[in-house]
Amino acid sequence: MKARVTVTLKTGVLDPQGEAIRHALGALGFDDVEGVRQGKLIELDLADTDPAAAEARVTEMCEKLLANTVIENYSVEVI
Amino acid sequence: MKSAVIVFPGSNCDRDLAVAFEQASGTRAQMVWHKETALPQGLDIIGIPGGFSFGDYLRCGAIAARSPICQAVVDFARRGGMVLGICNGFQVLTETGLLPGVLMRNAGIKFVCKDVDLQVETADSPFTSAYARGQVIRVPVAHHDGNYVAPPELVARLRAEDRVAFSYRDNPNGSTADIAGVLSENRRVLGMMPHPERRADPALGGTDGAGLFRSLADALATA
Repeated sequence: MKARVTVTLKTGVLDPQGEAIRHALGALGFDDVEGVRQGKLIELDLADTDPAAAEARVTEMCEKLLANTVIENYSVEVI
Repeated sequence: MKSAVIVFPGSNCDRDLAVAFEQASGTRAQMVWHKETALPQGLDIIGIPGGFSFGDYLRCGAIAARSPICQAVVDFARRGGMVLGICNGFQVLTETGLLPGVLMRNAGIKFVCKDVDLQVETADSPFTSAYARGQVIRVPVAHHDGNYVAPPELVARLRAEDRVAFSYRDNPNGSTADIAGVLSENRRVLGMMPHPERRADPALGGTDGAGLFRSLADALATA
């Protein structure tokens, strides 16, 4: 079973890399982009076969390591 | 003063920190590898050095903060032990939760490596007693992720409790309220982005940072 974790910065947290990407897009003519936020995608291969148990386990991983919940949000998708 | 310096894969200021501890105290610092699960007995202070532990993977300091030795460091601090985290060490301390706030990518995106003027915000700590409040010292910074991010209520609390140890005169990285270093609630854990250990010997271009290590040696000699 696989899980996909998406980690994004919370609203209001400055994302200088996202800003740099927006500027670069503007330089390429994509000047209609009003905002860019960069995040992380983490894919996990799990031994679990029960989706609910897997989701609970990955949520625990997010809380303990994968995300810094002071500044980041995360979402877990079991696939 | 019995000191130890934790060494992670990718640490690169561990020896500088050990030399600074030794010069101030006359006692050699013990180097402790991250895979150890226990600290040497009878330590007074633990240094967490600068560098790029675990290649800054995931988030700066995140993997180091979950390494076996860090649980022992957290327990040591919770028992009232003294811990000094510099640069990557500060990032590790925020990741362990021993210090509040987060260090994020510099607001200007670029890696910043230069000397900066720091204002000593409090002399009331075992790390800063050799300085005067308001004194300005010049020490280097060298980091990509030194932007200290703290919500307004945390900044207000740090100020009210006199826990901002150092602030930047000319903010190089976008840090909230120009904060360069913060103390724990019991004032025995300090995290800071600038490098006092790189300016603690005349051969390194100055001794503005030596006061921090002198403060520690004094505090621990009289303890």
